[in-house]
Amino acid sequence: QVALLDIDICGPSIPKMMGLEGEQVHQSGSGWSPVYVEENLGVMSVGFLLSSPDDAVIWRGPKKNGLIKQFLRDVDWGEIDYLIVDTPPGTSDEHLSVVQYLSATHIDGAVIITTPQEVSLQDVRKEINFCHKVKLPIIGVVENMSGFICPKCKNESQIFPPTTGGAEKMCQNLNVSLLGKVPLDPQIGKSCDKGQSFLSEAPESPATLSYRSIIQRIQEYCDQRHFQEEKII
Amino acid sequence: ERSNLAGVRHILLVLSGKGGVGKSTISTELALSLRHSGKKVGILDVDLCGPSIPRMFQLQDNDVHQCDSGWVPVFVDQDKSISLMSIGFLLEKPDDAVVWRGPKKNALIKQFVADVAWGDLDFLIVDTPPGTSDEHISTVEALRPYKPLGAILVTTPQAVSVGDVRRELTFCKKTGLQVLGIVENMSGFVCPHCSECTNIFSKGGGEELAKHAGVPFLGCVPLDPQLSQSLEEGRDFIREFPKSSAFPALARIAQQILDGASQRSS
Repeated sequence: QVALLDIDICGPSIPKMMGLEGEQVHQSGSGWSPVYVEENLGVMSVGFLLSSPDDAVIWRGPKKNGLIKQFLRDVDWGEIDYLIVDTPPGTSDEHLSVVQYLSATHIDGAVIITTPQEVSLQDVRKEINFCHKVKLPIIGVVENMSGFICPKCKNESQIFPPTTGGAEKMCQNLNVSLLGKVPLDPQIGKSCDKGQSFLSEAPESPATLSYRSIIQRIQEYCDQRHFQEEKII
Repeated sequence: ERSNLAGVRHILLVLSGKGGVGKSTISTELALSLRHSGKKVGILDVDLCGPSIPRMFQLQDNDVHQCDSGWVPVFVDQDKSISLMSIGFLLEKPDDAVVWRGPKKNALIKQFVADVAWGDLDFLIVDTPPGTSDEHISTVEALRPYKPLGAILVTTPQAVSVGDVRRELTFCKKTGLQVLGIVENMSGFVCPHCSECTNIFSKGGGEELAKHAGVPFLGCVPLDPQLSQSLEEGRDFIREFPKSSAFPALARIAQQILDGASQRSS
C-alpha cells in the first residue's frame, strides 16, 4: 500500500506523470481523500487543488509550509506501507518543514537523485550536507540520465559527462551508498508525459532493470531498519 | 547617490518553472554570446541553494571583495567583459548547504540587487532557481524600479516540463514581467557516432507553448555533449565549438535579445 505525496508546490509534476491530470481532491469526515491511481497507490499534490494548468502558485515560504502541514495532517491515507515524498530542488522551506513535521514519527531516509555531471553533483553534495544537518538518514544516491545508447548504432554517449567521477566518486568520498545508475531512455519522458507506467510500457529497457534494482535496494534498506526497530521494541 | 544599477542598460531574467532544464547553462552561453558581440555583461546568480554560475566559469574558489559602493563582482578575465555575483563566492566551503527559509533568502537577494558595484554594463542577466516563490518574488520586486527588459523562459521539450513553465508564464503576467521568449533546451540529440537524431526528451513542447501563449519562440537548443563538457571545464564554448550543433541556436537566441534590446532603446 503506497502513498505518494508531492510537496513541490510551485511545480507539481506528479499528477501528470500518474495520468491524474484534472482530478480533484474530495473531502470527507476523516479528511482529504488522496487520488487513487490504483487501489494500492494514492497520490496527493497541490496540482489537484488548481483549477487550470496555467495557474501559478506564487507563495512565499510560510504559506507553502502551511499547505505541507495540511497535507501531512489532513490527508486520510489509511494504512500504508510506504509514504514517498517528492520534493522540489533546494534546501529551503519545503525541505525543512517536511522533516520538522515528520519528526514526531520516523523517516526511514532520503533517496537523493543526481545526474553525472559536476554542476549537478555540486548541488547534491549540499543536499547530502542538509541531510546530515537535520539528521535525516540517507538511503543512498541514484545517478539518473547516466549514459545514452543510440537506438541506431548502439554506441553509448555520455550526454552529461561525469568529468569529476560522477555519482560513484562522490558517494565514495562522502561515504553514502550508490543505489544505482539509470540510463537515458526516450520512452521514460514519453511515458511520464502520457501518464503511463514506464515500467509496464518498457519492461525490457535497461532503464527498467536499473529502476527495479534500485527499488529493491530501497526496500531492503527499509526492511532492515524495520527489523532493527522491532528488535529494540 | 547613484544606484549600483544606474550604469546597467538592460536587465533580463532567465526563468523556468522546472529544475534541471538548463537555466544556468543558457544564462552562461547567452553571456558568452553577448560578449562575442562586443557587449559588457554581468550575471547575477540568485539561486541561493544551488548556485551554479561560479563553476561554469571555473571561478568557484574565488572570494568577493568590498569597495566603497558595495561588493565588487568577480571578473571572468582581464578584459572585465563578464562579471559575476553569486552566493557561491560567499560560502566558506563549496559543499556548505544554504539551509535558509524565505525571509533570510529575501534579505540577501535585496542586497545582491542593491549592493553589487556593477559599473557600466550592457546587459545584466539574472539567473534564477526553478519555481515561483521567495527568490522570484523578491527579485522582481527589487528590480522593478530599474525596469527589466524582460524574461527568457527555459523548458525542455516534454509535457512534464512545459506544464511547469506554463505556470511560470502566469507568474510573469501577474508580476508585469515581459516575456522575451521561450527557449526549448535539450531538444534532440545527434549521435556523434552515426549522426542519428533522437528526441530523448521528446520534441516541440516549447514551441507549442510559445504559440499557445502568444510569446516569441527563441529557438531549440539540441543536447550537445561538447557543450556539457565545456561547462564542466569552464571553457568558452562559443569560441571553441562554433561548428557544434548547439552553436547556431545559441547565436540566434543572443541575436534576438540584441534586437529586442536595441528596439527598446530606440
